[in-house]
Amino acid sequence: MPSNYRNKGGPIARGMIDAIGMPALTLFASMIGYGSMAREAGLTLWTSVASTALTWGLPGQIAMIELYALGAPVLAVVLASSAANARFLPMVLSVMPLFNEALPRKRWRYLVAQFMSLNPWAAIMRHGPGMNPADRPPYYAGFAGVCVSSALLGTGIGFVLAGALSREVTLTLVFLNPVFFTLVFADARGRAAIMAVLAGVVAGPLFHLVSHDWGLILTGAVAGVGAYLTDRVLRGRHG
Amino acid sequence: MAEFLDWRLWGIVILCGLATYIWRALAVVVGGRVSPESEAFKLFSCVAYAMVAGLISRMVMLPEGVLAEAPLAYRLVGIGVAVTVFFAMRRNLAAGVFAGVAAFALLIVFAHTPV
Repeated sequence: MPSNYRNKGGPIARGMIDAIGMPALTLFASMIGYGSMAREAGLTLWTSVASTALTWGLPGQIAMIELYALGAPVLAVVLASSAANARFLPMVLSVMPLFNEALPRKRWRYLVAQFMSLNPWAAIMRHGPGMNPADRPPYYAGFAGVCVSSALLGTGIGFVLAGALSREVTLTLVFLNPVFFTLVFADARGRAAIMAVLAGVVAGPLFHLVSHDWGLILTGAVAGVGAYLTDRVLRGRHG
Repeated sequence: MAEFLDWRLWGIVILCGLATYIWRALAVVVGGRVSPESEAFKLFSCVAYAMVAGLISRMVMLPEGVLAEAPLAYRLVGIGVAVTVFFAMRRNLAAGVFAGVAAFALLIVFAHTPV
C-alpha cells in the first residue's frame, strides 16, 4: 500500500533517531558489562546473546547468571530471574492503553510486550500520549529495534572482550546505566509520576534489604500505590 | 562446539525468558480494555514508575555484580554530579551522563581504593 508507506515510514524513522544516541549507547555499554559477566559465570557466547534476546530485562538476566554460577537448582534460577523482572507487569500495563486503539489484534500487543524494557518504556510514556495513536506502534518498533540491536551487539562484544577490559573500564561501563536512568527519571513530568519516583527511590533499597527476591514487587505495591492514592487525595482537594 | 550442546544451560536460558514473558503477557491480558484517561491507567503508571525508580536506586545503593566493587561514596558522587550538571545545563541528558560517569571514572582510577 504505497499511500500508507510515507505515513508509516515517518514514525519508524523518528523512533530510530530517538533511540540512536544516549539510549543505544548506554544499553550497548551495560550489555558489554553483562556479556563479560555472563562469560565469567560460565555461559557460552550463544546462550549469553540468547538470554538478552529472550529475557530482554537486565536484572532478571543478572539474577540468572549469578545463580547459575552458584550451581543453584533450575527452578530456583528461573524463579529468581522472573521475580527480578516483575516490573514488566506494571510497565506493560501502563503502556497498553496507548496501543489498544492502534493495535486491535492482540497478537501485536504480545509482540509489543516482548520488546518492552526501560528505554522504550520511558520513550513511549514521554512521547506517546502526544502522538497520533496510529504512529505509536511504528515509533515504538523503530525505537525498540535499535535498542535490541545494540544490546545484542553489546552482549556479544562483552563476551568476547571479557578479561581483556580492565576492572576500571568495566566498572565505568556498568555505571553508565544507573546514571542515565537516574536522569531519565529525574526528568519525570506530572505530580503523580514524580511522587512515585521519589517514593520508589527510597523504598527500592529498603525493601531489597527486607527481601532480595520480592523487594522490587513490594516497592511497586507500597510506593506506587501510595503515590497514586496521595495524588488522588490531592486531586480531590485542589480540584 | 561441545559447549553449544549444553542443554541444561539452554533450558535455563529459555525458561528464564518464558518466566519473564509471563509478566508481559499477563499485562496484555489484563490491560486489554484500559483507556489512557482511566484511574486504572494512572495507578499502573505510578506502580511502574515506583518499581523502575526503586530498581535504579537499588542498583546505585546496593549493587550486584561488578558495580559492588566501587565504594558507595563514589557511586553517590557520580549520581550527584550527573543530576547537578543535568539541571544546571537546562536538562541536558548527554552532558549530565558524561559528567557523572567521568566523575565516577576519575574517582576509581585516581583515588586510592582497593578496586
